[in-house]
Amino acid sequence: MMKIPGTLIAAGALLLAQSTSASPAVDTILEVYRNAGAGPFSAEAGERMWREKYSHADAPAERSCGSCHTNNLTKSGKHAKTQKAIKPMAPTVNVDRLTDTKDIEKWFMRNCKWTLGRECTAQEKGDFLLYIQKSGA
Amino acid sequence: MKTCQKILSLVAVTVTAGLLFSVAVYGDDDDEHKSVFSRWKESKLDVAPVNNPAYREECGSCHFAYQPGLLPQDSWREMMAGLENHFGDNAELSADLNQEILDYLLTNAADDSNYKRSQRIMGSLGTSEAPLRITDTVYFKRKHDEIPASYVVDNKELGSLSQCASCHTRAEAGSYDEDEIKIPGVGRWED
Repeated sequence: MMKIPGTLIAAGALLLAQSTSASPAVDTILEVYRNAGAGPFSAEAGERMWREKYSHADAPAERSCGSCHTNNLTKSGKHAKTQKAIKPMAPTVNVDRLTDTKDIEKWFMRNCKWTLGRECTAQEKGDFLLYIQKSGA
Repeated sequence: MKTCQKILSLVAVTVTAGLLFSVAVYGDDDDEHKSVFSRWKESKLDVAPVNNPAYREECGSCHFAYQPGLLPQDSWREMMAGLENHFGDNAELSADLNQEILDYLLTNAADDSNYKRSQRIMGSLGTSEAPLRITDTVYFKRKHDEIPASYVVDNKELGSLSQCASCHTRAEAGSYDEDEIKIPGVGRWED
């Protein structure tokens, strides 16, 4: 049997570890938030916010992230009004998630305003990102 | 002699099939090089299918990507100017993307369309009438007024007439033929 050098195994393990860790887009965006004075970020805080129910001037009936995405991020959601299917949020089951910084910011803008009635802060967005990234893992 | 005839007819069939195939393949070519086949295919459609990736992505993520030819230019102008409150949803876009999508919508709006349903929608509207909902056009209402409430509006799987593709099985392709209708929980539509 061919001998595999230890360094090669170590390099392989490192590569594997990196590819399963944070997405480059999330790393980039978290750095922007940190530079704006936010952090450290917490997946637990993100999950709390995800599950919280909000009401505001435009939302007499309570709204939450789960109104469209459900509270199981590995499952498909459904647009609360149009019923259009929404692919799962968890990057573990939907590899397209959290791969594009512009896309992330666009949806934060639209969905924070719809759900919370205002834009999310850098801190809140960072917390959400850690939670979404961790979900389904 | 018989064998000779058989070979000849086989050759004829092969050549014809080959021609048809190449026409079909080239039918997917871009607009400037439309083949007879693609023109024929389009002439059968009710509205021009969506062919703008930004529109499909930005608008089609949340709802059926309604073809631009389903409303006049003035409707699209007003729609794109009010995306921060888009029927109760926030659908804001960056200025660049908004402009790109608006340009696409205006170029393909119902006003000067050659497509059948676009022309009928336009024909059903008053001169300065520009509704924001396709369901508010006279033509749309007329075409859907025989549907019992239980089929669509009170149908738990649907809830409204706004999701074209839920019943019009080829809506995505720009075809709204009556024979292609299949209502969830009800079945085919018999007029």
